[in-house]
Amino acid sequence: MADTLAPSSSSPGMGGAHGAGAHGPEQGTKRDFLKLAAGSFAAIGVGAIVWPFIHSMNPAKDVLALASTDVNLAPIAEGQAVTVMWRGKPVFVRHRTAQEVQEAEAVPLGELRDPQADSDRVERKPWLVVLGVCTHLGCVPLGQRPTDARGDFGGWFCPCHGSHYDTSGRIRRGPAPTNLAVPEYSFTSDTQIRIG
Amino acid sequence: MASGLHDSSFSNPVVRWIDQRMPVFTMMQKEYGTFPTPRNFNYFWNFGALAMINLMVMIATGIFLAMNYTAHTSLAFDSVERIMRDVNYGWLIRYVHMNGASMFFIVVLVHVWRGMYYGSYKAPRELLWMLGVVIFLLMMATAFMGYVLPWGQMSFWGATVITNLFSAIPLVGDSIVTLLWGGFSVDNPTLNRFFSLHYLLPFVIAGVVFLHVAALHITGSNNPLGIEPKGPQDTLPFHPYYTVKDSVGIIVYFIVFAFLVFFSPNYLGHPDNYIPANPLVTPAHIVPEWYFLPFYAILRAVPNKLGGVLMMFGSIAILFVLPWLDRSPVRSMRFRPIARWLFLLWTVNFFVLMYCGGMPAEEPYVTISRLSTAYYFGYFLVILPLLAKIERPLPLPESIAKAVLRGGGPLPGAAVAKPMEKA
Repeated sequence: MADTLAPSSSSPGMGGAHGAGAHGPEQGTKRDFLKLAAGSFAAIGVGAIVWPFIHSMNPAKDVLALASTDVNLAPIAEGQAVTVMWRGKPVFVRHRTAQEVQEAEAVPLGELRDPQADSDRVERKPWLVVLGVCTHLGCVPLGQRPTDARGDFGGWFCPCHGSHYDTSGRIRRGPAPTNLAVPEYSFTSDTQIRIG
Repeated sequence: MASGLHDSSFSNPVVRWIDQRMPVFTMMQKEYGTFPTPRNFNYFWNFGALAMINLMVMIATGIFLAMNYTAHTSLAFDSVERIMRDVNYGWLIRYVHMNGASMFFIVVLVHVWRGMYYGSYKAPRELLWMLGVVIFLLMMATAFMGYVLPWGQMSFWGATVITNLFSAIPLVGDSIVTLLWGGFSVDNPTLNRFFSLHYLLPFVIAGVVFLHVAALHITGSNNPLGIEPKGPQDTLPFHPYYTVKDSVGIIVYFIVFAFLVFFSPNYLGHPDNYIPANPLVTPAHIVPEWYFLPFYAILRAVPNKLGGVLMMFGSIAILFVLPWLDRSPVRSMRFRPIARWLFLLWTVNFFVLMYCGGMPAEEPYVTISRLSTAYYFGYFLVILPLLAKIERPLPLPESIAKAVLRGGGPLPGAAVAKPMEKA
């Protein structure tokens, strides 16, 4: 309210000696100090109480507890793929054939939009584990079932805007900017992986 | 100045640009900056601001609770427990909301009490007072429906008892209860509509609060002396005098609030509400939340079902006509030697009712409730109208300034001539 030109709020009423301007402009007055101290105190208080509200919108403990998924690889035959749910999103687990692995490894990195070697994208051959979310606008690409269209590179094909992924889940043609993401996962045994 | 622009007195160019097109800054400056406010407020005048803050706290916490709450009979209880255990700071937000309801009623009851003691309901503030009673009724409805949402035993049986009150209405009572329930008992449709309305009503309250404040800023505030300010010597600008005085009260209020939330969050609740709702088992002793107890006692004091319901609603409805029941021209009880004591007795009586409402419906509480109910209504219907005729009030001070400033302050005539005199 200090920047108003209205005259009526300018009657201090408290002891005049501490009023504005009593110590000259560059020194600051006791009231300036009080305003600053009270303002900072209130700002810190508001910040301290706002944080719990914002943090309450972050994933809750039960959500975090469901954040990892175990997948048994034993029943997945060569050439087959399964889709599992992990953190509410599909994860593609593909048991690639020897030929598919070879195709993926043979591609020169210079041809790729998002250059990444197949060996950097898999933990153990021939298993490929990628997030089944197109990096363009988040659709689920086709290619998990043998009857699906797999695009021109034998991997996945996104029906929304026509992105083609190869047998390593790398973007080869279409609007998607990056390869299908590889989630964090590890082999807990020879036939078992834990995603997340 | 271009035509059509508001003539702004602000010098900051951004503030000025906005203010010329939409004079909200001028409005705030007028209503909360320079607003002339009686200079003799005591701390009872903090409670309106406190109630406003409390409403904002309830809406803020409620919005975040609703992000995690599930309004379904099979999921509601568990979703509340999930808020308590799994959601980050969910315990804090829920305990603030839960105890915020109690704090809200404490604050508003003091606010209403202050209005009754200092005669704030009298002309010209009758409509202001009636809007306040509307807010109080909306608060009760909101609190009741909110208490049903956790779907514990007290939620369920409280909802059953209170909705059944409407079955006392002759002829259409049962149809009304079915309509309220959306079925033939308190069940999922009831829970769903209570959640919907519990989310809606606080915004309705905020709207009526706006009208309440708008009406206040026409008549101006009452004050502990109950006499109108006669000139600038009797008032102070709202800012900084009452923004600062309110801040002191707000800090004390938050200390009490924080103590409840952090040290005894369930003190004002009922353990039974941590048992999931069971339509087949009624808890041995059903009591409403503490703020409903006085009205619950009135309900139970009357042996007739319809009579009890009418008396209970009447105990609030009578507040609407209080400005016309109390015809004494003197506002503040300070100058009413008889009314003052009988009103303080009414206050004690209110607490007696509150105590009886929490006790089982057996002797001696039934008799005490009946006597207290009689005095509750007797004060409004007999004592106040009678006192307006027979009471001889003490002499009123000449002006606020004369009464509160040592040495009497400047004379009203002189002050009007020279309004900006330093106090």
